Amino acid sequence: MRPRTIIEKIWDNHLIHREKGKPDLLYIDLHLVHEVTSPQAFEGLRMNHRKVRRPDLTFATVDHNVPTTRNRETKDPISKVQIRTLEKNCKDFGIELADIYRPTQGIVHVIGPELGLTQPGKTIVCGDSHTSTHGAFGAIAFGIGTSEVEHVLATQTLWQKRPKTMQIKVNGRLGLGVAAKDLILAIIAKYGIAVGTGYIVEYTGEAIRSLSMEERMTICNMSIEAGARAGLISPDQTTIDYIRGRRFAPAGEAFEKAAEKWLALATDEGAAYDRTIEIDAGEIEPQVTWGTNPSMGGSVSGSVPDPDSFATEEKRQAVKKALAYMDLTPGTAIRDIPIDVVFIGSCTNSRISDLRQAAKVAQGKHVREGVRALVVPGSQQIKKQAEKEGLDKVFTDAGFEWRESGCSMCLAMNDDIVPAGKRCASTSNRNFEGRQGTGSRTHLVSPAMAAAAAIHGHFVDVREIEKVH
Amino acid sequence: MEPFQTFTGLVCPLDRSNVDTDQIIPKQFLKRVERKGFGECLFYNWRFDQDGNKKADFVLNQPKYAGTSILVAGENFGCGSSREHAPWALQDYGFKTIIAPGFADIFFNNCQKNGILAIRLDKEKVEELIEAATEKTLRLTVNLEKQTIEGGGFHFTFDSDPYQKELFIKGLDEIAVTMMHEDEISAFEKKRAKEA
Repeated sequence: MRPRTIIEKIWDNHLIHREKGKPDLLYIDLHLVHEVTSPQAFEGLRMNHRKVRRPDLTFATVDHNVPTTRNRETKDPISKVQIRTLEKNCKDFGIELADIYRPTQGIVHVIGPELGLTQPGKTIVCGDSHTSTHGAFGAIAFGIGTSEVEHVLATQTLWQKRPKTMQIKVNGRLGLGVAAKDLILAIIAKYGIAVGTGYIVEYTGEAIRSLSMEERMTICNMSIEAGARAGLISPDQTTIDYIRGRRFAPAGEAFEKAAEKWLALATDEGAAYDRTIEIDAGEIEPQVTWGTNPSMGGSVSGSVPDPDSFATEEKRQAVKKALAYMDLTPGTAIRDIPIDVVFIGSCTNSRISDLRQAAKVAQGKHVREGVRALVVPGSQQIKKQAEKEGLDKVFTDAGFEWRESGCSMCLAMNDDIVPAGKRCASTSNRNFEGRQGTGSRTHLVSPAMAAAAAIHGHFVDVREIEKVH
Repeated sequence: MEPFQTFTGLVCPLDRSNVDTDQIIPKQFLKRVERKGFGECLFYNWRFDQDGNKKADFVLNQPKYAGTSILVAGENFGCGSSREHAPWALQDYGFKTIIAPGFADIFFNNCQKNGILAIRLDKEKVEELIEAATEKTLRLTVNLEKQTIEGGGFHFTFDSDPYQKELFIKGLDEIAVTMMHEDEISAFEKKRAKEA
């Protein structure tokens, strides 16, 4: 048999129907549901007297608009209706819901892996573009719209055009103080936000192999920011070790059998991709975005670019617009950009290792006067673990707010909003205009870089702090 | 889905690339549980100032584009969030067709599921349309059957996936179409259960 990529293997394993001139009909193994993109889908089922075909392959949580305050009381009546609607839909259709008071609640892309629902070889969908996160386990995982949510609920399948395959090979090793977040931001800065359109990306190479599962999730999470609906990493021992013992993972002998199958999914030696990109991890420095899409960024040691330095008129105009929105002057050193708000959280960077890295920087220091800093764990389980390790104390002693789990200030659907005109160093994934609140200005960074910005009131190179330690 | 019929509409130019779905419909409008009524929220932060007044310089607020049903935009339209509220808002505002050099994958699919025709055209052609629609009033006739766009001296053809074309022209419910494959889906599930 011809050598195949993991992408082709998983695709072929899920093929139900193939016909010339049509997309493939694929089986979906896991459907994750949240409150914002599902109400109209359930309504559609009701209107057409349809059932959920496989409630057992469907799992729901509330994350996007839930409050992260201690009492978890939703003040906004419209948000409340949306949360209640999901509760009712899950009850009516027999779907397990990690509601706001459960110890399993959290950001949908954090709890999937945490509960062991996310497994290699699966097809995973959710009405959220950051579903690509689950690809870290060697799954084909991608975001879908509400109509497709309804389609999966009703049929457990989707019509999908076979995508092209892209390899992003990361050679060498990341330097000390350089995070997975910096790697993916650097890739997007170099190749742009549409390089992955029409592709599924596989990340390969020494640098990727040496990453932990949580770091791999950060990488795959932002595949969509490069235009790729799905990004994945072939499973290895790191993957297997992470899954073992989790609630929905197979147990005992079944696990060993599954692990063997999972490892066999890895891309075959000599398999061909439609496109390959290679980069050197050793060249990458801590990143900070300065613009209004994730490709508009660069090294912390750099400065805000001059629009005239870009090659095309279209780019020059786009950068000019972005700098006007961001209120930045060309030539300003990134280090000199002052910060008003810091957000550590989101499906990109809210896992325990992210919080540990931020806490290491915050330990024994204090948030700069005038800066508001929030730490929002990705799930209740992470929150509990962090508290066991005393990270909450490190943060609160340093003047950070310690919150309950949810999407929070990444998209500001709840009350965690960056005020108009204010500047936020954020560990989230999107720096679009108004993303964190109307008129807000977002700079995307790693957790350690965010914590350092909170303490200094402006960006600093975390590698210099590490040297001091 | 309503069948897609040939129509003639007024073109509105949006001369920007990488328009993300956060701009098409900002998050504060995603809390609603209905599909309808999102048109008033379309491009909200570009259309309205903080006091809710219309911004005169935004293209949709210019009187000459009142009643527009064809949007022509720059590259990578609809990137970012998967929110289907974006095509719902465009459709509710009156757009039936969006023309751009390229679309983000999820947004493109979401348009298809709602009967909005997202047409990819070469960048040069899109630039010509944007220029024409900016300088004068441009009305185009979009014919999916023939895969043509005509009007104002333009005559372009476009690609269309045959499967999607059939769904559009017949106005088919895709779930009902898929349910005709029930035997195959069940057989797949049985085979899977046996292997496990």
